[in-house]
Amino acid sequence: MTEQTAPNTSQMTFAKALNAGLRRAMERDSKVVLMGEDIGKLGGVFRITDGLQKDFGAHRVIDTPLAESGIMGTAIGMAYRGYRPVVEIQFDGFVYPAFDQIVAQVAKLHFRTLGRVKVPLTIRIPFGGGIGSPEHHSESPEAYFAHTAGLRVMAVSNPQDAYSMIQQAIACDDPVVFFEPKRRYHDKGDVDESFGLDAPDGLGMGSARVMAEGHDVTLVSYGPLVKTCLDAAVAASDEGVSVEVIDLRSLAPVDYATLEASVRKTGRLVIAHEASQSGGLGGEIAASITERCFYYLEHAPVRVTGFDVPYPYSKLEFHHLPDLDRILDGVDRALGRPNSLSGTEEGE
Amino acid sequence: MRTEVSTYHMTAGDDGSPIQLLSPDGARHRHERYDRYLADVEGDDGAQLLVSLYEDMVVARRVDAEGTALQRQGQLGLWPPFVGQEAAQVGSARAVAADDFIFPSYREIGVAYVRGVALPDLVRQWRGNAHSGWDPYEFNMAPSQVVIGAHTLHAVGYAMGVQFDGAETAVVTYFGDGATSQGDVNESMVFAASYQAPVVFFCQNNQWAISEPVGLQAHVPIALRAPGFGIPSVRVDGNDVLACLAATREALERARSGNGPSYIEAVTYRMGPHTTADDPTRYRDANELEDWKERDPIARLERYLESRGLLDDEVRARVAAKADKVGAELREATIHMPDPAPEDVFAHVYAGPHAVLERQRDHYERYQSGLAGAHAEGGH
Repeated sequence: MTEQTAPNTSQMTFAKALNAGLRRAMERDSKVVLMGEDIGKLGGVFRITDGLQKDFGAHRVIDTPLAESGIMGTAIGMAYRGYRPVVEIQFDGFVYPAFDQIVAQVAKLHFRTLGRVKVPLTIRIPFGGGIGSPEHHSESPEAYFAHTAGLRVMAVSNPQDAYSMIQQAIACDDPVVFFEPKRRYHDKGDVDESFGLDAPDGLGMGSARVMAEGHDVTLVSYGPLVKTCLDAAVAASDEGVSVEVIDLRSLAPVDYATLEASVRKTGRLVIAHEASQSGGLGGEIAASITERCFYYLEHAPVRVTGFDVPYPYSKLEFHHLPDLDRILDGVDRALGRPNSLSGTEEGE
Repeated sequence: MRTEVSTYHMTAGDDGSPIQLLSPDGARHRHERYDRYLADVEGDDGAQLLVSLYEDMVVARRVDAEGTALQRQGQLGLWPPFVGQEAAQVGSARAVAADDFIFPSYREIGVAYVRGVALPDLVRQWRGNAHSGWDPYEFNMAPSQVVIGAHTLHAVGYAMGVQFDGAETAVVTYFGDGATSQGDVNESMVFAASYQAPVVFFCQNNQWAISEPVGLQAHVPIALRAPGFGIPSVRVDGNDVLACLAATREALERARSGNGPSYIEAVTYRMGPHTTADDPTRYRDANELEDWKERDPIARLERYLESRGLLDDEVRARVAAKADKVGAELREATIHMPDPAPEDVFAHVYAGPHAVLERQRDHYERYQSGLAGAHAEGGH
């Protein structure tokens, strides 16, 4: 029995919500085609495209040869022809063979052609760690793409957003790199399918969402760590600390208006992501918020991130990945409470 | 679904030599397979077509010479000469229908000229006024591609779209011998064969990838690779406009009739430098250029036209006058091309709104108007 909370709302997994969103997008626009490795009969290694080839045909759900640059490059050609391709990259660590086509072609074609050629391409990438995989299966490459002008970058954190945001990405006339937190694929949540391009709370593409309101510190994250941050906020509240949790949702562009409003209220900012620290989203957000809200800040922005290491082997991955306690430690640093760096300049 | 392996082979002359329908002395060689694609250039009715091929090649060479001169005079930042490749470019491009789609590299300026692109748009990107020239959808020709071989995948994807649309359109992609080493070109052949996409791979083997001779790219004739992917190929003399025209027509016919991709290697020679920034005397023998001048594509066609009595003084004068006119117009248009507006640096990065970029644009506008104010006050 699924628990019905609204007429069109049902409990579904993150994976099923993505599947439903893809289906809705394909029904809405006959130019939407899916391309990728093993996405047809198999339904993808994570089953995100399960059943879609059967229902829409092999011309709309295209099993491709195993060549990521080839997939991306031919998807660009399809876009030239008026199609709206949705490319599945099987795992984060396999996107690099397609990197040139993404950053040198997908991102630049609209600019190169003075707006004459649109590239309404969606690049779906399961990302992040925590599933005990071998090398190349647990990476967080979002900063490469967020750094690239011409791309929009999104990361989803929950089933309802998965359903809505994949449709927004596909409907967008700009290319979108769409990050899906693979360790959350089996998480269940309420999904209201009566909404299409807009989320039930009215948030459109590009907006961050305040997931939990608070007044002591702003905790910003995206993708797989949003849930961890929400758990951290509950834990902090037990100690009387009120944490405002923001899900970025859009990594490029970042919705600074929502972040600024929160930081002006709390005066403190913590950013958490799985990706390595140097050159990551956290640094960019810390710098931008410092520039925009300097006189509101009570403490330097704090980053809680993966280390500047290649993604470690799975026995070590939970040392690398920020977890609830490391995030709370970051919250303590931002608040000047006792923390792991107490006694050092950074910890005061 | 079993396919006979023997279906896919390289068509060439003896010992893999390129198919030649016009020899350097202007003699016409009959060819059972390719002559049927040249019915319209035979006989008296073909005179006009042959002369128009000649005209396009002569004018294209003038456009190229003008481009080099404009670069030397500081009017263009860079220019990639295609002198010597006029037969390959004009012969192939003249086979392509208006609703076919072309994905070129950066050297296909002769193709763009044949396609009808306005003269200023041939040089716009080389002057630095934009990253491309023409509207791809007006001429059914993508902008020139600078990343070697990247566009061959775009061509195959476009052709897949054509196929899904059930259209009879064909797609042609141009690239050079250097590009054949790129993964993208090889992947594009995998995809083209897998989906039987209606695409023609047109490789201008001009012998040199900047300073690297074709022998560094390929141990066998380049066209020999295609059959391994399941794509029939042909090796033609790229300085023979009739061979290029006929081979491209055959390949387009194959594409339009649902028989999949084709590969053409047009064996030609880059008579100029890689670009105006290059100095070929550092790496290639001057005798090589002299040898290839003997096989010049325009001289060859002139000899053939003369042998058919189609090239009298009047035709020569008319074509020369056209070349002079085009050259002068190109020069005028280049020199008087208006600079882009400063705010264009922010234009067309995205199709939709982007708050972060808009903030940077607004800041830069404030900065610039502040500078203007400072100058007005006689400040620094």
